[in-house]
Amino acid sequence: MATFLGIDYPTWWFLVVGALFSGYAILDGFDLGAGAWHLFFRKEESRRIALNAIGPVWDGNEVWLVIGGGALFAGFPVLYASMLSAMYIPFMLFLFFLIFRAVSIEFRSKESMLWWRRLWDISYFVSSIMMAVLLGIVLGNILQGMRIGPNFEFTGNWLEFINPYALMTGATTLALFMMHGALYLLLKTEGRLYARLTILVKSALVFFLVSFSVTSLYTLLYLPHLSDLFKSSPMFFFLPALAFLSIANIPRLVSKHRYLLAFLFSALTISMLLILVAVELYPVLILSTQSPEFNITIYNAASSEHSLRIMLIMAAIGAPLVMSYTAFVFWTFRGKVKMDESSY
Amino acid sequence: MDVEILARIQFAFTIAFHYIYPPLSIGLGLMMVVMEGLFLRTRNPHYEQLARFWTKIFALTFGIGVATGIVMEFEFGTNWATYSRFVGDIFGSALAAEGIFAFALESGFLGILIFGWNRVTPPVHFIATLGVWLGSMFSAVWIVVANSWQQTPAGYHIVGEGLSARAEITDFWAMVFNPSSVDRMLHVWVGAFLAGTFLVLSVHAWYLLHGRHVALSRKAIKIALVLATVSALSQLFLGHRSADGVAHNQPAKLAAFEGHFDSLATADLYLLGWVNKAEQKTSGLKIPGGLSFLLHQDFNAPVKGLNAFPEADRPPAVNAVFQFYHLMVAMGMLLIAISVFACWQWYRGKLFDRRWLLWIFVFSVLPPQIANQAGWFSAEMGRQPWVVYGLLRTSDALSKVVTANQVLFSLIMFALIYTLLLALFLYLLNKKIKHGPEGI
Ligand code: HDD
Ligand code: HEM
Ligand code: HEM
Repeated sequence: MATFLGIDYPTWWFLVVGALFSGYAILDGFDLGAGAWHLFFRKEESRRIALNAIGPVWDGNEVWLVIGGGALFAGFPVLYASMLSAMYIPFMLFLFFLIFRAVSIEFRSKESMLWWRRLWDISYFVSSIMMAVLLGIVLGNILQGMRIGPNFEFTGNWLEFINPYALMTGATTLALFMMHGALYLLLKTEGRLYARLTILVKSALVFFLVSFSVTSLYTLLYLPHLSDLFKSSPMFFFLPALAFLSIANIPRLVSKHRYLLAFLFSALTISMLLILVAVELYPVLILSTQSPEFNITIYNAASSEHSLRIMLIMAAIGAPLVMSYTAFVFWTFRGKVKMDESSY
Repeated sequence: MDVEILARIQFAFTIAFHYIYPPLSIGLGLMMVVMEGLFLRTRNPHYEQLARFWTKIFALTFGIGVATGIVMEFEFGTNWATYSRFVGDIFGSALAAEGIFAFALESGFLGILIFGWNRVTPPVHFIATLGVWLGSMFSAVWIVVANSWQQTPAGYHIVGEGLSARAEITDFWAMVFNPSSVDRMLHVWVGAFLAGTFLVLSVHAWYLLHGRHVALSRKAIKIALVLATVSALSQLFLGHRSADGVAHNQPAKLAAFEGHFDSLATADLYLLGWVNKAEQKTSGLKIPGGLSFLLHQDFNAPVKGLNAFPEADRPPAVNAVFQFYHLMVAMGMLLIAISVFACWQWYRGKLFDRRWLLWIFVFSVLPPQIANQAGWFSAEMGRQPWVVYGLLRTSDALSKVVTANQVLFSLIMFALIYTLLLALFLYLLNKKIKHGPEGI
């Protein structure tokens, strides 16, 4: 198999897709998290500030999902097809909430009637939470393995996606995003809302630490395949160790009110957790609980080498561009939220 | 109903809904670039007001375009898994390119376009507007390339057999520049320009009729009318090129466009008509030998008819294809008539004096929308029974594990939520228009 810098093309593309989904989780993570706090803010003014804190960036954040989805389709069409058709209902619900969320953000500020704003507040809150939970559920099913049969078709039941482990990863994802979102809002707000957030962020930390510990314990006990690598080759042990250090750092920084650093560490935590997942699974993408020959791996799911090579060139040209626009937008809107006539 | 029918209804419904918005975004993007460009050159505040006003409307169409577009991207995997495995190698690169080069550009600059008026200097803001517009133009490129490959595959070879067969790229540029992509790309772009420019004409004509924002509206109408006229005239030419391409690459589709059955006879060109598939007869108002003439510059040249193809390879809904196609062409002619007539009035200095002409402008927002939808319906239904022309049948392209009930569930869900979206869109559009460009 041809390689580039000693790494074969499917692995390169695995890295690209992984990087895109980490980028998505870090970026959309904070705005989904911010949405999941929405009804916790009582005052109309606070809700508006919170919305405008994500106003100019949430749409750009969602593009990472679009690109990640495209990259998955492009690089691993077999995975894309099998995963989406196997988890039809969770993905459809995800899309449903995604639309509702976008619509709520856009339409909330367009009328000043109380009932109108309440309605969109609720739908924004619920859809932000549900998107986070559904992402976690999908991740949980991937970690656990699915009933994949011949031709990489799913052979299970359409309701199987709801199971205890998936619900746990769903809750953990929500908790992680809520912590991340609260930290983001702390950076963007002042005064009363800021004061309230300094309290809320502590509950978020507790929620995250508890759900994360429960899920990790369950993983170690019941899903041994996910920790085999760390047991057999101790040199990989530094990865989980790093992840734990990064997590442990967040409460420390929060108690010192160093929110920017805490936010960066929660971003690091998100990517460390995804790196752990990736390292544990590699080169399998979805484990078949039927038979190892039906495992979907980066090799049997990949596009042809020719296609992967073309796309890597595109990614190499595109990535710096995407990052520079993203940086430019965040730079333009740096600092605390200021309302003007174009605000939500 | 079976999964296939439901999945096709769902696809057609969601994409047709999506396709209301992208053409508006692309067309309004063009208008905004021109308005803001004029502002930078002349520093006349009217142009800035116009640009700001249309940015607000643009934000609305864009937002719904994004939300409904993400649905499309994932629907390939959920509902058309076999198809996704088959085309992934090829299509994937087009979709990935779209994401990386187009959507990132659009959405990156969108924040600045909408929220950045007071944060960046006018030239930087102009660059953001241009970035968003170019991004939307590029995204149309890649998605139409993908669709065109599906109509006229090129630059690939088939690997594997049966359920695991798939197309793999052999030549990237041959895939991108497949026989139909350039013609269709231009046709789609210009269709989008028509959608945007006629919306601008419509809104500002309405203001003039109500005596509001007069100076602004006159400026806007002049800009829009120039672009609309050029677009409408080029669309006739570009559409003709597309039809030539179809005759060459997908003769069965062309035969369905004109309801032409005889396997080798001269073909007529209908202005209006009805196809009776059972009796293989098409009747209506026609130019005898017209199609033969358009294709071969000879009224007596034979054209391949539907009967030249095995029953299983012909588009099943011939009359529908015929009607959609003729609806699009009729709308194109109507737009040419409106815009050329208006230009003539302008030349005579009477453009703003004729209230009935302004009323026609008000309603002229509809024909481009109708033509865009009808165009896609005829192109896609004319491609049937193939998903990938000559390579993969629609009936084989489905997700094997998805059941009819699941698809029905999502279809109902989309029907409800899209109805709500459309209602909100129209309500807010109306509100913004009533509010007008001043004081925003
Ligand atoms: C002629 C152009 C055109 C056509 C044929 C389509 N689209 Fe579209 N699409 C656009 C032009 C566009 C656009 C103008 O670029 C949009 C509208 C608003 C926006 O953000 O981009 C868009 C949005 C949009 C988005 C959201 C992007 C974002 O977050 O910015 C996705 C994922 C898709 N589309 C996917 C599709 C798919 C899978 C299609 C076909 C099956 C499709 N579109 C047909
Ligand atoms: C945005 C404009 C588009 C519109 C309005 C449109 C319209 C339609 C319609 C009406 C159908 C149903 C045809 C039938 O069942 O008889 C269809 C099917 C389909 N189209 Fe398109 N289409 C568009 C763009 C695309 C693009 C860009 C692609 C590919 C990238 C695509 C891929 C498909 C597929 C996979 C199907 C399902 C299989 C089938 O029924 O043929 N379409 N489309
Ligand atoms: C004026 C005469 C017109 C002619 C002769 C014409 C011709 C065509 C032809 C032959 C196709 C099918 C291409 C294919 O299947 O590959 C097509 C498709 C299409 N047309 Fe037109 N067209 C005309 C006007 C318009 C207008 C005014 C609009 C929109 C405002 C429009 C929008 C479309 C769209 C969106 C498609 C589908 C995309 C595509 O296949 O290119 N057309 N047209």
